[in-house]
Amino acid sequence: MAGNKVKRLIQGNEACAEGALYAGCRFFGGYPITPSTEIAEILSVRLPRVGGKFIQMEDEIASIAAITGASLAGLKSLTATSGPGFSLKQEGIGYACLAEVPCVIVNVMRGGPSTGYPTGPSQSDVMQAKWGTHGDHPVVALVPSTVPEILSETVRAFNLAEEYRTPVFILYDEIVGHMREAVTLPEPGELEIIDRAKPTCAPEEYHPYDTNYDVPPLAAYGEGYRFHITGLNHREDGFPTNDSALIEEGIKRIIDKIEKNKDKILKNEEYLVDGADIVVFAFGSSARSARFAVNKAREKGIKAGLLKPLTLWPFPEETVRKAAKGAKAIIVPEMNLGQIIYEVERCAKGVEVAGINRVDGEPINPAQILEAIEKFS
Amino acid sequence: MSATTAAKKKLSVPFDYDKYLRPGKLPHIWCPGCGHGIVLKSLLRAIDKSGLTKDEICMVSGIGCSSRTPGYVDFNTLHTLHGRALAYATGVKLAKPELNVIIVTGDGDALAIGGNHFIHTCRRNIDMTILVYSNFIYGMTGGQFSPTTPVGALSNTSRYGNIEPVFDCCDLAKASGATFVARGTAYHTLELERTLLAAIKHKGTSVVEIIDECPVYYGRNNKFKSVTQMMEDIEKNGTVSVKQADKLPPEKVQGKLLRGILHQVERPEYCEGYEKLIAKAQGKG
Repeated sequence: MAGNKVKRLIQGNEACAEGALYAGCRFFGGYPITPSTEIAEILSVRLPRVGGKFIQMEDEIASIAAITGASLAGLKSLTATSGPGFSLKQEGIGYACLAEVPCVIVNVMRGGPSTGYPTGPSQSDVMQAKWGTHGDHPVVALVPSTVPEILSETVRAFNLAEEYRTPVFILYDEIVGHMREAVTLPEPGELEIIDRAKPTCAPEEYHPYDTNYDVPPLAAYGEGYRFHITGLNHREDGFPTNDSALIEEGIKRIIDKIEKNKDKILKNEEYLVDGADIVVFAFGSSARSARFAVNKAREKGIKAGLLKPLTLWPFPEETVRKAAKGAKAIIVPEMNLGQIIYEVERCAKGVEVAGINRVDGEPINPAQILEAIEKFS
Repeated sequence: MSATTAAKKKLSVPFDYDKYLRPGKLPHIWCPGCGHGIVLKSLLRAIDKSGLTKDEICMVSGIGCSSRTPGYVDFNTLHTLHGRALAYATGVKLAKPELNVIIVTGDGDALAIGGNHFIHTCRRNIDMTILVYSNFIYGMTGGQFSPTTPVGALSNTSRYGNIEPVFDCCDLAKASGATFVARGTAYHTLELERTLLAAIKHKGTSVVEIIDECPVYYGRNNKFKSVTQMMEDIEKNGTVSVKQADKLPPEKVQGKLLRGILHQVERPEYCEGYEKLIAKAQGKG
């Protein structure tokens, strides 16, 4: 056996909890909801063992509020939910975006709308992740498609939240959440861990939204920096403003801090995409079916490839543009009635873009994708 | 020196409010005649007496007129979403139990949109002090009836008289498990200061309902001629001290809200409970 690395057969949601602990998460606030509850159950046991805090709040809204408060008190914080809870959390997500509070929100996607199909998989919250809360705001969303990826992407989600002082979503469907795969747990120091920048200036000089920075350092409550945080449009000192120039400047800055750093935030996996005639753009469990279909197509002599985003928001515009060049068609399988396909179309002008969609709580199977590949080849 | 002279002398020393106010953040947004500033003064004097440093205090609020308080005071401050102050505060407190968390909220913020958080915070008995400024109206949005608007009272959404019964904030807090429940007013400022000091010192969830006046929206809608008349109404018709209530004939107490500490018990506090849980999880318990 090479090294002393622990390889374990674990569930997707368990990998999320492992990733959170590895990343230094020390606060979880949540509310029971299928199919994400295992994350809460595991962290209720594991967090206190490392001196962390777990609290089951009275509702979904309270959960996003509690993790935002805990983050401002200095702890890396997480909540996990599914569609109905994600809807309820939207106002609090907008607050964390505007107030620039790092936190991670997991949405294990199930069928909707409404209570929908609680135990069935779905990918129908991807646009809600982008536009669910009101107002213009930055969005970072990661979309793992395997159990090991859930672990590593959870670590990456915390790193991005801390580095860019913003909420980060992890979106995966129920299939990946409840699937079991072998995962090699990373050893301490193996994966990079990023902690938020803290102020080094004197407390009286501290501005929580200092415009000298793209991402201003964030003090924690109780450390001598008696700063003010509000969900109102604010000045760089954190206090509310009605000055139209400052309002626009503030909103643009929180969006720009993500836009400017897209290269560092985007992550894709390209499988046989170079020179491919048919590119399948797929994420989550749909990407698993897509890989199988691409292999089958290659066996049949069709030049097919898979473009799998791990960062869905910001959208990998350039990567899609490049993949579209020279391709005959792009196929977008998603467990919804067509959401991310419009983003792909936007970036692949002049190329045929076709969706494969289902909302019956069943996964998109490889045969469906292979059929589409053959049709366009 | 007689007791009276001593009291006079004590009162004559001006209290340095500026010590706790953020420079350059006044004037406040409150309308002339609003009671919120008076309550703030009582609160700052109570905080001063508590011996807490400014760094040790985290003040959290929701949305509404009273919830603007944290912007003016020199503590760790957090102005959150409508109704959600207690949930944000719970996160702060559990993450950093050494902070003394004070929540400023209003009748609509705490008891309507934030009702669920209110009862569950009381149930947990987490060590925070909740100030519910009750002026019987939504002021920030321009004068709509709230869960404490009296039956029959006029507001901009109850033009025919309010038909909804009121929440008794203190009864609700007690029934939900709060271990310190009190009521004060913007008229009885020294009594309020004492009540707030006791609330801050109490270990567990403390709720203080503070009756104060909104002359612009509640007063004008309900034919009060002046702020003074509203204050006198709070004093004479609205409230009676819990200490005097037993000595007064029932007709003088009926229909009035009791002032002072109404309920105080000891019960395990949430953050302390969590520390024990951590010890247990680490095999030390």
